Amino acid sequence: MWSDIERVGDLPIGWRDTQEPGRYRLEQSGDDRIFGVVHGPQSVKPFSFAPREPLLAIERRNKGFAASPTIPKSEKVAVLGARPCDVAGLAVADRIFLHAAYADPYYQARRDGLFLVTVNCTRAVSTCFCTSMGTGPQATSGFDLALTELDEGFLIEAGSPAGEDLLSALTSLPASQESCSEAASRISSCAKSQTRRLDTSLLPQALYEAHEHLRWDDVAARCLACGNCTMVCPTCFCHTVEETPDLAHQRSEHSRLWDSCFTQEHGYIHGKNFRPTIKDRYRMWLTHKLASWIDQFGTSGCVGCGRCITWCPVGIDLTEELPALLNRDAADPARQR
Amino acid sequence: MNPYAIHTAMILDKRREAEAIDTYRLEFADPALRRTYRFSAGQFNMLYVFGVGEVPISIVSDPDEPEHLDHTIRVAGRVTNAIARLQVGDSLGIRGPFGRGWPLEAIRGKDIVVVTGGLGCAPVVGAIEYIFRRRGAYGAVKILHGVKTPHDLLYRERFDAWRHHSDTEVLLASDQADKSWQYHVGVVTELFHQVRIDPARTAVLMCGPEIMMRLGAPILIERGVPASAIYVSLERHMDCGIGLCGHCQMGPYFLCKDGPVMSYDRVARFLGQTGV
Repeated sequence: MWSDIERVGDLPIGWRDTQEPGRYRLEQSGDDRIFGVVHGPQSVKPFSFAPREPLLAIERRNKGFAASPTIPKSEKVAVLGARPCDVAGLAVADRIFLHAAYADPYYQARRDGLFLVTVNCTRAVSTCFCTSMGTGPQATSGFDLALTELDEGFLIEAGSPAGEDLLSALTSLPASQESCSEAASRISSCAKSQTRRLDTSLLPQALYEAHEHLRWDDVAARCLACGNCTMVCPTCFCHTVEETPDLAHQRSEHSRLWDSCFTQEHGYIHGKNFRPTIKDRYRMWLTHKLASWIDQFGTSGCVGCGRCITWCPVGIDLTEELPALLNRDAADPARQR
Repeated sequence: MNPYAIHTAMILDKRREAEAIDTYRLEFADPALRRTYRFSAGQFNMLYVFGVGEVPISIVSDPDEPEHLDHTIRVAGRVTNAIARLQVGDSLGIRGPFGRGWPLEAIRGKDIVVVTGGLGCAPVVGAIEYIFRRRGAYGAVKILHGVKTPHDLLYRERFDAWRHHSDTEVLLASDQADKSWQYHVGVVTELFHQVRIDPARTAVLMCGPEIMMRLGAPILIERGVPASAIYVSLERHMDCGIGLCGHCQMGPYFLCKDGPVMSYDRVARFLGQTGV
């Protein structure tokens, strides 16, 4: 959980998370590590892409109205404990919101205020697969400061001019050879400990071609279309626009809200739903995430954080679904019957 | 620039086209915008009703007269219902124009075949006017339009006027006919056999129900028209118009910014798929 902190004691010292498909537990770790919790349900996405963002304040004037943009003030927010997968997810979101034909001014204002202190991972949970996505367990860019928690203290690396400024203001010792190699070996054993992986070598093409695969029916029978996977994903960006007039109908707030491709309305247009079934929607989500995303933004929509696996109430695991969908032997309906 | 900014516009004229279908002529309240706003045929605006919300609607008027903007709107949902209650002198909001329209400059010199169905002809009306304003720059023009019933025929006077241009044929079809219907009875794709098409020098503009494009384009391709010379205007749920809200995806495309007009070769594989 992200929340404001005032002192070191507010951090979850001595706690760790265990994550499995459809299961998340916090427990005492028996040690005094500060960053024993790998990650909670939310990445850093809500800091820049707000779950609810007022876009315009609109006021009635005579027969018409006047609309004023409500771009948020760029507030300075330091995020402590973002994971490398979160930082990678934010880089993907930046591409979508800032490096398109229109730079989104709302996202931009929030993003400009962020100071990211990432913590390289020295422990993975069972649902992590960042190693195979090339996004962790060590952050290589996109952060201001990167910490690696050691037995004694931290190894700190600056990743931006702002990070360098802060680092130089700290009373820290130059990193010893020993600390560096301890950090490297902890990160590398974290990488090796990951059991899940995603083979992306055949993407995007193979997944487009799997459109009629029988596995979609299989996964659709399990999927509840609850949208949890999209709500916890660091890169999902779908949103809807909502109009909230006041009771007197004199003022109206025009806002955008996170949406999910698992909702009834997502593919709906006057009398027709292009994606009426759960099968259509799961296929939309996974095909977008792992295939069309690459065509649209030059990068996968998946950073390997594993949240969609953990927070799926029925434990659907995309690292199991993808290989099943790319298995051509099981693809032919005729052969199955 | 804030792509979410909404600009107010006044309804100058509201003209009934058919039951629950009206064409609204809009003019920006801001004189500076009236001077600078430009669009191309086939692009759309997000129209906003105070306190209700936005809806994507294609611009049907002539791109050469961008100081006023015509939108033909069928009452279909929450926002279009609210628009229908507005009268001349009332205000709407406009955000746009968005998307890619018809490639009218790229297809100069070609014969043009326009294939439309139902209200689907709206996005192509501006393109037809554009072509007739530059009649010499294009070859033969054939306009094939299909409706479900004679009652659904919009822009009746326009079809009549287009018929009188040189080297132009207008063919109409209705699935069901009544006594007044003097044209073809059946679907619009059956009209393909009634016109001569020189496939090597033809560009096709298609707009209407997806099934019409999905079934119609292959017939034209069989007659030799390259798939890349067939342009289709597609429709999906759109909340933003700038490729950001995610709803209008078709395979790798965001139809609001990569479309709504797409060449058939790019979208053929997705048109036949369910759930796309």
